[in-house]
Amino acid sequence: MVTSTSLIYLIALPLLGAAVLLLAGRRADKWGHLLATAMSGASFGVGLYQLSQMLARPTEERAITQKLFTWINVASFQVDAGLLLDQLSICFVLLITGVGTLIHIYSIAYMSHDENRRRFFAYLNLFIAAMLLLVLGDSYLTLYVGWEGVGLASYLLIGFWNQKPAYATASKKAFVMNRIGDMGLSFAIMIAFATLGTVSFAGVKEASHNASETALTAIGIMLLIAAAGKSAQFPLQAWLGDAMAGPTPVSALIHAATMVTAGVYLIVRSNFIFDAAPTAQLIVVIVGAITLLFGAIIGTAKDDIKKALAASTMSQIGYMVLGAGLGPAGYAFAIMHLLTHGFFKAGMFLGAGSVMHGMNDTVDMRRYGALRKFMPITFVTFGLGYLAIIGVPPFAGFYSKDLIIETAFNAGGFKGILLGSIALLGAVITAFYMTRVMILTFTSPKRWEDNQHPHESPFLMWFPMAVLAIGSVTSGLLFYRGDALANWLNPVFGEHGSEHHEEHLFAPIVVSAMALTAVLIGVSIAIVKYQLSEIDSIAPENVSIFTRIARKDLLQDSFNESVFMRPGQALTRLLVKADESVIDGTVRGIGRTALGTGAALRKSQTGFARSYAVLILIGAIALIAGIWVVTL
Amino acid sequence: MSSVTLLGILPLIGALLIAVIPADQVLRVKQAALGTTILVAISALMMWFNFDKSNTAFQFGESAEWIPSFGINYAVGVDGLSLVLILLAVLLTPIVVLAGWNESEGGRWSAKVFYILILILETMMIGVFAATDVFLFYVFFEAMLIPVYFLIGGYGSGERAAAAVKFLLYSLFGGLLMLASIIGLYVISSKNGGATFDIAELSQMHNYMSSTTQNLLFLGFFIAFAIKAPVWPLHTWLPDAAASATPGTSVLLLGVLDKVGTFGMIRFCLSLFPDASKTFTPVILVLAVISILYGAFLAIGARDIKRLIAYTSISHFGFITMGIFAMTTQGHSGAILYMFNHGFSTAALFLVAGWMIARRKSSTIADFGGLQRVTPVMAWSFFIAGMSSLALPGLSSFVSEFLVLVGTFTRYPVAAVLATLGIVLAALYILIPVQKALHGPTTPGNENLPDLNRREKIAIAPVMAVIIALGFYPAPLLNVINPVAQQVIESQGFTDPVPSESVGK
Repeated sequence: MVTSTSLIYLIALPLLGAAVLLLAGRRADKWGHLLATAMSGASFGVGLYQLSQMLARPTEERAITQKLFTWINVASFQVDAGLLLDQLSICFVLLITGVGTLIHIYSIAYMSHDENRRRFFAYLNLFIAAMLLLVLGDSYLTLYVGWEGVGLASYLLIGFWNQKPAYATASKKAFVMNRIGDMGLSFAIMIAFATLGTVSFAGVKEASHNASETALTAIGIMLLIAAAGKSAQFPLQAWLGDAMAGPTPVSALIHAATMVTAGVYLIVRSNFIFDAAPTAQLIVVIVGAITLLFGAIIGTAKDDIKKALAASTMSQIGYMVLGAGLGPAGYAFAIMHLLTHGFFKAGMFLGAGSVMHGMNDTVDMRRYGALRKFMPITFVTFGLGYLAIIGVPPFAGFYSKDLIIETAFNAGGFKGILLGSIALLGAVITAFYMTRVMILTFTSPKRWEDNQHPHESPFLMWFPMAVLAIGSVTSGLLFYRGDALANWLNPVFGEHGSEHHEEHLFAPIVVSAMALTAVLIGVSIAIVKYQLSEIDSIAPENVSIFTRIARKDLLQDSFNESVFMRPGQALTRLLVKADESVIDGTVRGIGRTALGTGAALRKSQTGFARSYAVLILIGAIALIAGIWVVTL
Repeated sequence: MSSVTLLGILPLIGALLIAVIPADQVLRVKQAALGTTILVAISALMMWFNFDKSNTAFQFGESAEWIPSFGINYAVGVDGLSLVLILLAVLLTPIVVLAGWNESEGGRWSAKVFYILILILETMMIGVFAATDVFLFYVFFEAMLIPVYFLIGGYGSGERAAAAVKFLLYSLFGGLLMLASIIGLYVISSKNGGATFDIAELSQMHNYMSSTTQNLLFLGFFIAFAIKAPVWPLHTWLPDAAASATPGTSVLLLGVLDKVGTFGMIRFCLSLFPDASKTFTPVILVLAVISILYGAFLAIGARDIKRLIAYTSISHFGFITMGIFAMTTQGHSGAILYMFNHGFSTAALFLVAGWMIARRKSSTIADFGGLQRVTPVMAWSFFIAGMSSLALPGLSSFVSEFLVLVGTFTRYPVAAVLATLGIVLAALYILIPVQKALHGPTTPGNENLPDLNRREKIAIAPVMAVIIALGFYPAPLLNVINPVAQQVIESQGFTDPVPSESVGK
């Protein structure tokens, strides 16, 4: 494989930015945000350069590696600090640094009144560096460093305003739930080492050809747990809604476009494992299908614009996971949806931030309305993202989601019909809740107080929104035409790559027609329910049990609290008591018995150790005397 | 005189120097202590650079007759294992002196006595790791208790006298059992080719023991070490001692002295009693896993910051013990590396916690709150130390913890899987105090706490640097540790498990 010496710059530049900003402290307040933006931009530049170099090489030489140094080397456990840039990781590099830089620019304005803006930008740079390490690491263990690195950055950014206790709790929750996923990643690496003797991607791929299905299934399931934690998939999704406590640019970058898609990356990167482990693959598909509905249903019940978008992210990643679980036929489409979603969802989050910016940080959509007139640019850019996510041709989401639905139907037999139907149903609900967001925010009558003065955001904010909107419009077609993205990615998926032209259950045009019908149904219901009828400015209380459950995130939190948290807390209290009374009590009891009560005890309570020490010393001398006798 | 002896004597010379400084010249005393400990650290680093990594024999040592009638020798020397631990001890000591510049105030005795005790303790720490004669080891092992006893009882806080007594009694009890085993060994050696306390010669004695004898002698050593390292359920002295000792003493106690326990398990339990080690491995692994989870749960439930750190250490010592008895190269190297890394991450936690407590005059976690906005540098230091304690990848403890886990998994998957649950609990026991102490609104009474001063920053900076540097580049330590780990595994008759899927394919 071609080796390179310049991959490290991708990571080093933003990492340097983060270090300078954090170490320089208040001195960097004036220029810190500019440096951070420049570093992210420079990394994007390096990414573009790498792409151009990659395009210039023949297909089989496109992947390049860089070995930095030997990281861990203990007998057969050998892990290099090594980087791998191939057709898959370059997609992520450009997404991360491209969208990342736009969001840096946006944040300059969005965070301009925050006295800790420098720290915010330091965290953003740290995130970019960690996320790049995640997608560039050439082994599961180097990926792990990036994996937890983004978790750390996410924790710091969710809790950026952690003076509010609820926000601090949200950041902790995200970290802990992610750690449960990380445990899965740890297990996957351990199993890989114990069974295959290696943890590098290349090594595992090589060894997987001869490995038993059992071993690969175990690794695959553990990787899925990791993916579920990071990508907010069922049953580890409960942290994502709370993560909206972070500043909105963070929600756009980390909790929509990049970090939360890391699980999809992990599954697609591990294609060689899942291809040979049908059971693991099936579980991936099930998790994806459940989550895509789960998120969509929650999305219909949220009045907080950010939480509605977060639920939508969960659901859209469900689509990606579903696609990735469908094997070689779906990998490329999962990545395509990931990329298009990166554009339209980041764009919509920035739009939401723009709305909040103009509405004194109100997030309750029931207090919005008629913002189309006051924020035309936000309306248009958000609207383009909206058309993309619900899947109206020729916007981006149409192509990427359509392909996943199609592939789901083609999975064969009852499974295919079930998965395809779920994906279609998801499309109906998506169209419904996103239309609801559009109506509540932009097109319904105004429901805000007169002391609000909604206004359009400054150039630094709408410019990134506009760029992302262009992506929402064009990226789908760009990737779709001539199977451009699929062909580009095929070498990553090895010999299986071209299998996706199988027999179809439905002709592509039929699937498209069904998908469009689904969209139409969803949009129509939303229009009837919200555009054509009065909207309460306070969420109605007398709603059905289903709405109530959906508002409570389908009770996942309640479940976690009653099954894990409270028993855990009870166990902790029990152990604390037992440690004091049982264990320490026993020790004290033995001490008391052995040394007799009365005088000795009283002395111990006044703090004298001498009597015991003397006792023990006498014992020791007696023993030494014993040796003497024996050796004489 | 050998380099090791010289290194061990250096702190004593410093102690003598301090002894002649008038007691009222406190600053001089502190400067002398700091100067001495820095000199010792530099000397040890020079030894490190001259150490022959490929050679697993004891280096820089000597052997001289001490009590010939008993076959007792003054015999010292270092191999990879002892070198790593000596380095840990002598690097942490100057940091402790600098960080706890005012710790001796408010003690029962003068600052002079405090620093003399610290320096004597430093000599003992070097001695206990460098001894290659079992009797000499025992002498250091027991003598070490004396300075610690006075450091806790004389300069600690709260129930310091009671805690010091508890510490002493636990340790003496363990020491007594070990002494009995040492005598037993001696008796056996005297019947089989000549009385000796030399480790290398004693390690042949297991051939002459019945399995019952071997098991009993093993237990004498192991219980002593299990008290030191605290392995559940012999741990209850540690939280009390750590809560009462000064932060600096706690760093040396948890960071270095407790490592004598895990060091002893490798040096004595494994090499002297290989068969008994195998017999007891299942039990020990169970205790190790219990320690990991139990320590973590108690840390989660702790209300006092010092007790919390002590409980996290019990959890971490569980990892180290598990790695030692997993009997794979990865587990063993990981455990030794863990000893070093845990020293630094616990030092960071205890020192920063100590500064927080000194400022707030309370060690109850709930009394803090919002420190991130009041004292950002202190808060960041605590946070990074916490991240190191929960083994965040990229920081030093991750490498060692993962090596222990992966090394255990290849031989004892169930133990490794249960231990891995500890990483979720670790997130809780670190993030809960982080949230309570650093986040949220500023608790009344904390508004005007001063941030770290220059001296404190200088003290904590090298600790942070080591934690980060070794996270990305552990090779300098692993290169020294690996040969000795491999040697122990081989001498125990083990080979690393072969990847299960590669057999016959």
